[in-house]
Amino acid sequence: MTTPLLTVKGLKRHFPTAGPLFGPKPTVKAVDGVDLVVGERETLGLVGESGCGKSTLGRLIARLDDPTAGEILFEGKDIAGLDDSSLLPVRQSIQMIFQNPFASLNPRMTVGAILEEPLIIHQKGDRAKRRRRVAELLDQVGLRREHVDRYPHEFSGGQRQRIGIARALALEPKLIVCDEPVSALDVSIQAQIINLLQRLQRELGISYLFISHDLSVVEHISDRVAVMYLGRIVEEAEATEIYRRPLHPYTEALLSAHPEPDPSAVSHEIILEGGVPSPVNPPAGCHFTTRCPYVREMCSQTTPQLLEHEPDHRARCLRLDELDGNRITERFRPISQ
Amino acid sequence: MTTRATKPDRSADAEIKPVLTVAGLKARLFLKSGVLPAVDDVSFSVMPGETLCIVGESGCGKSMTALSIMRLLPRPVGCITGGSITIDGVGDLTGLSEHAMRRVRGNDVSMIFQEPMTSLNPVFRVGYQISEAIRVHHDVSVAEARDRAIDMLEQVRIPLPAERYRNFPHQLSGGMRQRVMIAMALACRPKVMLADEPTTALDVTIQAQILKLMNELKREIGMSLVLITHDLGVVAKMAQRVLVMYAGVVVEEADAQTLFDRPLHPYTQGLMRSIPRPSARQDRQQEIDTIKGTVPALSALPPGCRFSDRCPMVHEPCRKWEPPLAVPDDMASPPRKVRCWLHTRPPQ
Repeated sequence: MTTPLLTVKGLKRHFPTAGPLFGPKPTVKAVDGVDLVVGERETLGLVGESGCGKSTLGRLIARLDDPTAGEILFEGKDIAGLDDSSLLPVRQSIQMIFQNPFASLNPRMTVGAILEEPLIIHQKGDRAKRRRRVAELLDQVGLRREHVDRYPHEFSGGQRQRIGIARALALEPKLIVCDEPVSALDVSIQAQIINLLQRLQRELGISYLFISHDLSVVEHISDRVAVMYLGRIVEEAEATEIYRRPLHPYTEALLSAHPEPDPSAVSHEIILEGGVPSPVNPPAGCHFTTRCPYVREMCSQTTPQLLEHEPDHRARCLRLDELDGNRITERFRPISQ
Repeated sequence: MTTRATKPDRSADAEIKPVLTVAGLKARLFLKSGVLPAVDDVSFSVMPGETLCIVGESGCGKSMTALSIMRLLPRPVGCITGGSITIDGVGDLTGLSEHAMRRVRGNDVSMIFQEPMTSLNPVFRVGYQISEAIRVHHDVSVAEARDRAIDMLEQVRIPLPAERYRNFPHQLSGGMRQRVMIAMALACRPKVMLADEPTTALDVTIQAQILKLMNELKREIGMSLVLITHDLGVVAKMAQRVLVMYAGVVVEEADAQTLFDRPLHPYTQGLMRSIPRPSARQDRQQEIDTIKGTVPALSALPPGCRFSDRCPMVHEPCRKWEPPLAVPDDMASPPRKVRCWLHTRPPQ
């Protein structure tokens, strides 16, 4: 068996909060023991509501933040504890695309300078060679070569996101962490960017960790999907499988709440009560107890583990075996065809 | 009143008048760089208890239409330059003075916005902000307004309303803040509520709560809803009728089921195709259909049809004349309108 491109084991990130002057300070457990695997040429979709820790997890994997505990194995090598200088070669292979293409590009730099910067930092070729690479990158993302001397404000949101993608591609990475890359874009532009990301994956063999709250986009782009709730992965499976047959009650509710663009769609909506609890003091046992429609007393006493309930389908719930056949939305999405 | 009493034989259907009628509305933004036609010849009506969705991409004029109805266009650049906005029992809003308009806002028509944090005042308690709305429109004591505000908080299903009354906006979650906004908008029982992307900033589970709440309140209060959104999923769930806007004009109008079953305008068709759908799951690597290019700037609209330079079905008349919003030639019913030379015979 070959080693997967990225393996994350027991990854944690706890942020200290303002607390009492003396004694232990409470921590926000943004990422609290995450295990996941991204294979080569694979897209892992990461979904969850705001505050569930999905962006923090993405930033940890891109090593823009330091984990509190756990391992990040990239091509078999643990990069979790590396300092800045030893991270430099790793950063070539792991790049990131951000949500807001207005905030993630320096307004004082031309497109050419933005795309050339990573090549300079990593000492790739001489000036002429770098210029050729910049032109090549512009071609790859569907921008024109004469755009090289323009500034970010001269571009639309979709074009700016293309610049962000070109910058991430500059060093020929193996993994790109995409943090809500299409959320700020209009529907028609969103489709263009998704097509671009998929074409680049086919041509260049990149892997994506695709973070999004948009369930239809994740379904379209991902090979596998992981669902996060309050710092933990609650379910993980192949994309088609998880959308057709969600096991965890949270996934079930999340999918049922997603409005289908079809007025005649039969609605088996589960409306969850309240919002996501504070990650400073998450509920004991299963974190979903406060909102779960199937909750029992035992759920707040034992912390469930992420277990394989079906081949290649893991979920973190104590009552899965009993729930089979007693669900609110039993197979609410019929298997198409 | 008297006319109604003397004509008891009038059929029930004829009695139903639209609560809101917008006819030929034009709004312009007068900027240093030029005059932008933000809203151009927009007409629609909303029946009592109906939900009308206005859908389109950013910059298509959907928010500007709502702001025109509220007479809240950005001053001094924004200005209504033509058309009428009629509310049943009030009359045309375009001619009202600011003083008269203040009585209409909140009382007859109210509006909620996308980001509840920026539309609530951070230095006042949320309860005070709701009771303020009540006291502006009704001659009630402070204590009475307070009681009614607490009732409103309860009506929007906020737990412990009396305690929440004393909270500041920052102490509430996004979903709770949007509930407060709804409570404020409905405090005086308006006939129409305009909701501009009310759930766009919210998570999908919270969005489901808010949409359900709006539907329930609509029934309880018997008001009409104009919902502005870019999310076709929300449209499918909420709308009875849909207005599709593009670059300041209405390009298609139909009831929701008809629109989703058979969109006529190439822009509507493009929008529907560019959502990744479960059916595309079979072949994930298949590209999503897109609409080429981007929405044109209002200062640089193409001649003829505004969609002509992005339209896959563009033909000669499209670049010459702007099509009218008309009932398509090949069908009389169901009532729908489209602005396209494929469905209306072009001038010879």
